[in-house]
Amino acid sequence: MSIKKIVKYILIFNLSFTISSFAETPTNFINKVTTEASSILKKNLSLSEKSDLLIELAKQSVDIKGIGLYSLGKHKKTLSESQLRDYEKLFEKYFLKSFSSRLSEYSDPKINVVSQKYINEKYTIVSSILVGDENRPEIKIDWRVYTKNPEKPLIRDLIIEGLSLARTQREEFNSVIKSAEGDINLLLENLRKFINS
Amino acid sequence: MKKILFSIIISAFISFNSFAGSDEEVNLNKVKNGEVKDCFEGLNRGIFAFNQVLDQTIIEPLAKGYRYLPSPIREGTSNALNNISLVVTIPNNLLQGDIMLAGKNSARFIVNTTIGILGIFDPASNMGLNDYEKEDWGQTLATWGVGSGCYIVLPVLGPSTLRDTTASLINYVGGDAWYNITVDEDTHYVSDFDYYASRGLSGVDFRAKNIESFDNLEKNSIDFYASVKSLYLQDRKRRILNSDQVIDTLDDSDWDEIETN
Repeated sequence: MSIKKIVKYILIFNLSFTISSFAETPTNFINKVTTEASSILKKNLSLSEKSDLLIELAKQSVDIKGIGLYSLGKHKKTLSESQLRDYEKLFEKYFLKSFSSRLSEYSDPKINVVSQKYINEKYTIVSSILVGDENRPEIKIDWRVYTKNPEKPLIRDLIIEGLSLARTQREEFNSVIKSAEGDINLLLENLRKFINS
Repeated sequence: MKKILFSIIISAFISFNSFAGSDEEVNLNKVKNGEVKDCFEGLNRGIFAFNQVLDQTIIEPLAKGYRYLPSPIREGTSNALNNISLVVTIPNNLLQGDIMLAGKNSARFIVNTTIGILGIFDPASNMGLNDYEKEDWGQTLATWGVGSGCYIVLPVLGPSTLRDTTASLINYVGGDAWYNITVDEDTHYVSDFDYYASRGLSGVDFRAKNIESFDNLEKNSIDFYASVKSLYLQDRKRRILNSDQVIDTLDDSDWDEIETN
């Protein structure tokens, strides 16, 4: 095993430890996730190594299964058990690839968590600011944190300047399913294509 | 006479649009943004594809070139364009019944046009006249209860709705003081060129601020057209509600059935 691989495993182990100790307020949870993401992006690692660490972070802090089900909208009720299993597997791969790709555009993001708003026992919205630079204006980011299990809060949505990524994803998926007259297979095929691209 | 006729046509179109909206229960206060109908989807997708080609061949390269300009020049340009947009925002603040905001924006316009040298600098923000949000005729009609009508994609200009496109015509019949003094009236100080240059620059400035976000969205979408449509309609809703509060624009019931832990 190469030194690089050993370092990578140590980093992932470290990350798991940090995330698992998250049983705190939603604000602290988001603070830790953003600090961790920022430190990964700053590390002197290759793109694929950073990507692996970001994926590990997402697996532990994002409710990928929940977002996947939400993205299906009304169609989730029409799927068979096996279609749903296929979809969930593909969605996780799709989400993680897209997540690491979206984040990798930032080399040293500075996110300041500013406040939190309790919605109900299941949700809290944490508000933050992505500090601007000379090419990019300051951006408001709100995090929908799922707090049904307060010991393990999870991110369910990112709302950037009032625009919900989960809702955008749901409308995108629904458009694909609609174009296939309700057949989920076109969506599954498109997800496979994206994963293999 | 020509203007009166034009105004009548616009009013009739808006009324029709409003009627069509109420017929299909697209009253903005009740409707979720996903329910704005895409009545001309085939045509819209065609125009969207054309706009993408236009973007890749002309607008994005221009935006990338624009980014090479020194930061103070870009900031000054952006400030000046924002300042010009106040001449449409202020009457719309008034028509929406937001007298305080109209006053604040008027003060902002006076300070930045004079001390800020035609809006190039933004001293008003340092005086507490900050958090400027543009308003347009479409937003005013929405606050009056006019439904959005169908979603449409315009050549070059991009996503819109029937209500917003129709309402934007008000700019050309006296509703935009900047248009009036550049194109409509010969003031000898500013010309048609200044108006069209400012419109073009607004587009390039916006594109330059969003190069990475657009590229990223396109790269990670499996249906880019649907993503852009969703983001546009969400953004319009937020602007119409004048809300930074994310809970005002999202419907929690959407998540109710999702239980994962």
